[in-house]
Amino acid sequence: MRESPRSELTDSVAHTGEERVGGGRIDSWPALAFEDLIGSTRFDVHERAHIVVDGDVCRDCSTRACVVACPANLFVPTADGGILFNYEQCFECGTCYLVCNQEGAISWSYPEGGYGVVFRRT
Amino acid sequence: MAEPPRYDAVVVGAGPAGSCAATVLARAGKSVLLLERGPFAGSKNMYGGVVYPRILDGLHPQWWEEAPIQRWVTRRSTMMLTPTQAVTVDFRTQAWGRPPYNGATAYRPDFDHWLAGKAEADGARLVCSTTATGVLRGDRGRIVGVRTDRPDGDVLADVTIACDGVNSFLAKEAGLHRPVDAHHYTVGVKETIALPKAVIDERFGVRDRDGVDIEIVGGTGGVNGGAFLYTNLDTLSVGVVLALTKLAAQQRRPEEIIADLKEHPAIAPLVEGGEVKEYSAHLIPEAGMAMMPQMTGDGMLVAGDAAALCLAAGIWLEGVNFAMASGIYAAEAALEALAAGDVSHTGLAGYERRMRDSFVLRDHRKLRRAPGLVLSDRVQHRYPQLVADTLESMFRVDNPAPKPGLRRIVTRERKRLGIRRRDLLRDAITGARTFG
Repeated sequence: MRESPRSELTDSVAHTGEERVGGGRIDSWPALAFEDLIGSTRFDVHERAHIVVDGDVCRDCSTRACVVACPANLFVPTADGGILFNYEQCFECGTCYLVCNQEGAISWSYPEGGYGVVFRRT
Repeated sequence: MAEPPRYDAVVVGAGPAGSCAATVLARAGKSVLLLERGPFAGSKNMYGGVVYPRILDGLHPQWWEEAPIQRWVTRRSTMMLTPTQAVTVDFRTQAWGRPPYNGATAYRPDFDHWLAGKAEADGARLVCSTTATGVLRGDRGRIVGVRTDRPDGDVLADVTIACDGVNSFLAKEAGLHRPVDAHHYTVGVKETIALPKAVIDERFGVRDRDGVDIEIVGGTGGVNGGAFLYTNLDTLSVGVVLALTKLAAQQRRPEEIIADLKEHPAIAPLVEGGEVKEYSAHLIPEAGMAMMPQMTGDGMLVAGDAAALCLAAGIWLEGVNFAMASGIYAAEAALEALAAGDVSHTGLAGYERRMRDSFVLRDHRKLRRAPGLVLSDRVQHRYPQLVADTLESMFRVDNPAPKPGLRRIVTRERKRLGIRRRDLLRDAITGARTFG
């Protein structure tokens, strides 16, 4: 669902948009599984991946800083020495490209306007 | 193809910097396009949780009557944690719970949405769901607008104000940023936990709209950084701020570090029983003066997090106020430049002059040593233990042994922890010079 139809830049009416209520799963104390934790956050996923990871470059990396640092836990090591990456539940924070020391491993951009993470209004 | 729309100014990013810039420009009668990549202003924004809106007194007098805040901070605690101990300096004043107030907890999607609405009401055109993908250049490389991700999405403007956040790809493309260094960044990670208002009031000793701000050193495991716990109306914000390079060099993930914090004996009784309403994260430009970009280019100004205007100085943690002020000053400089018909770097020089003459750069210059000191290994890992062990020795009743003197305790604990006297003295002097 899109709150803010993409009005033309020259339109006379601007759109602020309204928040959708709910949508997140809520579990209780004590420890949440990570899927449940991040399931509490809203993501409007676009079909185009805004971050692309070149797994061939990752194969040569021994530090794997992204695996521990990405707060959304989007970088998962695979048994064959590669990295499995999924852009869908991304905070768009930039941690991964900053900690990465492998030239060309991460191509980073923002999602299409209106998509991606949507933090909650009350 | 139709001629691209033209504005006096395009402001990229409807956060606190962008919305304040747009308000000032619109009130002066300029045509302003305020672009926001999220579906509404504030939807991409999170922080620990406290805003200090004093700078809005000029722009929106009586802002406190309408700003969507959660609680007024009337109680500030600075806490040092070791795995089993806690030392807290607790300050409260009722003065901050009545007009004109001081700081407040607020959700950024609420606060930023409100501030952008004010810009709209003053005549700025807010267009959401639109990502600026690059700058447009004219004669001699001057920046003449931005490209967006819409079809035919170019926008021309005499002045472009980049308020596009900590990653500011616009300022980078414009060549205004220094080479990016991961050491200059932290990542803030937070859980928003729901609890009934009455439970929060009781646990934190507050009533009505009064709230608590707890800043924590030593609650981030082996990773240098800080932790925080803030009261909203019926939720708590609990989280950590982690130095990127330190986080990357160890094995605990951010959510595990928060889980450990929530289990600390001093924190658990405050947060337990709540449901997680939202998990969020955001990058923080932590290094202050050491990482600030050029803030002025030909046809472009950079404000807010995009200009690294975040004050991470231990006992002061501010950012939204610097963003709002920089947006105001950028817009004032843009108005001067538009009036003079010179939007070059020289014509826009009023921006940095205003920044230098105001708290924005004065606070940063005064506290320029603070980020390094606060994030140093000794302050992070040794001193909380020294203070806690000293107090534990002081307050323990060891009868029949007589009470030891304070100096003897400190010396004994310092030696036990392997802290050299001259390092302690040097840090004390740095602290005194920084905060004095």
